[in-house]
Amino acid sequence: MVVRALKDEGVKYIYGYPGGSLLHVYDALFQQEDVQHVLVRHEQAATHMADAYARATGKAGVALVTSGPGATNAITGIATAFTDSIPMVVITGQVMSHLIGEDAFQETDMLGISRPVVKHNFSVQRPEDIPTIVRKAFHIAESGRPGPVVIDIPKDMTTPTERYPYEYPKQVKMRSYTPITRGHSGQIKKATDLLLNAKRPVIYTGGGVILGGASDELTELSRLLNFPVTNTLMGLGGFPGTDRQFIGMLGMHGSYEANMAMHHADLILAVGARFDDRVTNATDKFCPTAKIIHIDIDPASISKTVQADIPIVGPAKVVLEEMIQLVKGSKKQPDADALSAWWQQIDEWRQRHGGRYRTDDSELMKPQQVIEMLSKVTNGDAFVTSDVGQHQMFAAQYYKFNKPNRWINSGGLGTMGFGLPAAMGVKMNFPDADVACVTGEGSIQMNIQELSTCKQYDLPVKILCLNNQSLGMVRQWQDMNYESRHSQSYMKSLPDFIKLVEAYGHVGMKVDKYADLEGAMREAFALKDRLVFMDIAVDPFEHVYPMQVPRGSMRDMWLSKTERT
Amino acid sequence: MRHIISVLMENEPGALSRVVGLFSQRNFNIESLTVAPTEDATLSRLTVTTIGNDRVVEQITKQLNKLIDVVKVVDLSEGEHIEREVMMIKLKASGQMRAEIKRTCDIFRGQIIDVTPTTYTVQLVGASDKLDAFINALGSASIMEVVRSGVCGIARGEKVLSL
Repeated sequence: MVVRALKDEGVKYIYGYPGGSLLHVYDALFQQEDVQHVLVRHEQAATHMADAYARATGKAGVALVTSGPGATNAITGIATAFTDSIPMVVITGQVMSHLIGEDAFQETDMLGISRPVVKHNFSVQRPEDIPTIVRKAFHIAESGRPGPVVIDIPKDMTTPTERYPYEYPKQVKMRSYTPITRGHSGQIKKATDLLLNAKRPVIYTGGGVILGGASDELTELSRLLNFPVTNTLMGLGGFPGTDRQFIGMLGMHGSYEANMAMHHADLILAVGARFDDRVTNATDKFCPTAKIIHIDIDPASISKTVQADIPIVGPAKVVLEEMIQLVKGSKKQPDADALSAWWQQIDEWRQRHGGRYRTDDSELMKPQQVIEMLSKVTNGDAFVTSDVGQHQMFAAQYYKFNKPNRWINSGGLGTMGFGLPAAMGVKMNFPDADVACVTGEGSIQMNIQELSTCKQYDLPVKILCLNNQSLGMVRQWQDMNYESRHSQSYMKSLPDFIKLVEAYGHVGMKVDKYADLEGAMREAFALKDRLVFMDIAVDPFEHVYPMQVPRGSMRDMWLSKTERT
Repeated sequence: MRHIISVLMENEPGALSRVVGLFSQRNFNIESLTVAPTEDATLSRLTVTTIGNDRVVEQITKQLNKLIDVVKVVDLSEGEHIEREVMMIKLKASGQMRAEIKRTCDIFRGQIIDVTPTTYTVQLVGASDKLDAFINALGSASIMEVVRSGVCGIARGEKVLSL
C-alpha cells in the first residue's frame, strides 16, 4: 500500500536505506518498477537528496528510512528542510505496534524526536489509512509554507499477507488546515500606494519567492518600479543576478551596497523573507528610517523579529501579481527624480566597495577567483549546491544566479555535509544539467561516503573542494574575535583526496595555481559522464567580507581585514 | 500580562504533545494548562494561561494556529470572559483549628468533601486569585496537600469558540 500510494502520487525516485522494520516495504519495492529506490550510504544523505530534488523542482522529495538509528540519522536532514521550508515526505519504519513503548530492538519515538523539526507527522494506526495519510502528507508538505512531513509506520501495518481495500484520494480536506490562497486586497492597495510614493525603496526578497514560484512576478514588478532588489541567501536567483537592478545579497556577508541601501531606505518591500538574525543584525538598529511592507504566506513570520507597517499574508506570486496590476492601472507613476538620485547613491556605493577582493597580497589562489571561474565556465547556468562555511558565502557572493531553483544550500540550519548529497539529488533528476558542488575539505568529509552512491547510480557531479586546510569560517571568527587562537579549526592529516576519489572509481584533479584553474575546470565539465573531484588549494588566510559588526546596524561592516565603515 | 488562550484541536494522539512542545521549543511560558474532550468527541478544548507582552502572545497564537491539529485559537483575555479553577486542599484539622478552618471555608464558599478525625479536604471553585486568597487566609501551617486543576475559561455573551 505504501509503494502503491507513492506511485499514485507520481513519485519517481525515493532515497533510502533498508532495515528490519521496512522489509515488507522493500519487498514491495522489489516487485515493481514505477518507483525507483536509490540506496544511499547514510540516511542523512537520503534526506538531503530528497530535499535537493524539492529545492530544484518545488515538489516534495521522498526519503525512506528504517526505525531507530535509521530514523535518528535522518533527523539532521529533516531539520535542514524544516528550517528552509522545503517540502519533503520522510517515511520511517517503526517496530511492531505491540512492541512500541517496550524499548524494543531499533525502537525510537520518532514522532517525539521529529516533532520540533517537522511541519507535521503521522503515525499509521490502521493499514487501511495508509493511502489517505500519504496523500495528506504530500498535501501538507507542498502547500502553504512548505515543510517536511514524517510518516511513521509500524512494521505490522505493512504485512503483505493482509489485504485491505485501497483507494488513493485525489484530494484531502482537513478542517484544521486551510492554507491561504490570496492576500488582503485592501492591504495590497495600501502597500502599492506606499510603493508609488517611495523615494529610497529597496525590495528585499527571500526563499519564499523561489518556493512560491514568484520570480517572474518579482522581476516584472521590480522593472515596472525601477527599484533596487536585494536577495537573502535563500532568495538568490529569485531576481536575475546580472541585472543592473540587482544589488547583491544582504545581511551578515551581504554586499556593501545592499546593506547601505537597506539602512538608508525609506521603504522596504519584503517578500517571502523572514528578517532572520543573519539578515537584520541588531533589530533595534535595523533600517531606522524605513516603513516596512511584509508579504509572507506564514502569518507567524510577520512581525516576529521586526514589526511590519503593512503586513500582507498570502502567496508571493498572487500578491505580487495583484500589485503589478495596481501599478499598471495607477495614474500615479513612481517618483522618477527621487529614484534617479537614489540610484546615483547606490551606484556610488557600488563603485566604492562593490564585491572587490585583493589578489595581490598572496601567491595563493583566492577562493573568490574559483567561484568567479565557475560562474564563467558554466555561464551562470549550472545548479550549484554548497556545504556550509566560507565557501558557501563566496559561492553566494560571486556566482551570478540568473534563474531560481539553481542555488541549493542549507541556509537556515547551516548543515555541513549537505552539498554532495544535494548535488546527487539534483543530478539524478536533471541528468543533462551541469551540477556543481562547492565545498570545503571540512564539509565534504561529513558525507564523503556518498561517493560510493555516485558510482552505483552514475551521478557525474563536479565537486569543487576549496581546500584551505582549515574550517575557514570558524577560523575567521577566531581571527576576528579570539585573537587568532585557532582552537580546533584546522585538521592535520587530511586525506589525499585524489587517491580517495580514485578509490571510489572517480576522477580526481589537483589545482594549485590560478593559471591552471580555467583549463582544469573546463576539462572537468567536459567529462560529461564522470564524477570529477577538484581539490583546489586556496589561500587559507582569506576572510569573507563584507562582514557586519556584531550588534550593529545594517551599515556597520568590516570591508576587509583593516577597513571598517 | 497574563493571558488565557483557548485552543480547539483535533482529539488525536500526539496533539497535546505538539502544543506543549511548541511552548518549550519557542521559549514561551506555561502557567497552567487543562485539556479535555468537548461535546464533539473528535475535538478537544485546551486552555493555557501564559504570561507575556503583546508581541509574545501574538507569536503564541500565530504559532499555535500553525499546528496542523489545531482548529481554532482565541485569546480570551482580549474580551469579557469568565475563568474558573478547581482546587482540592487537604488540611490538618484538629482541636480549635477545626472550627477555624470551617469558618474560613464558609467565607470562601468552599465545601468540605472529606473528613477524618484529624483532617479536612476542602474543595473550592473560582478564579485563580480567589484560590490564592484562600490559601493565604489559611496560613501555610495547616496545609498538607494542594491540587489545582488549572484554569478553564469561556467568553461572556454570545461569543463561542466552535467549528
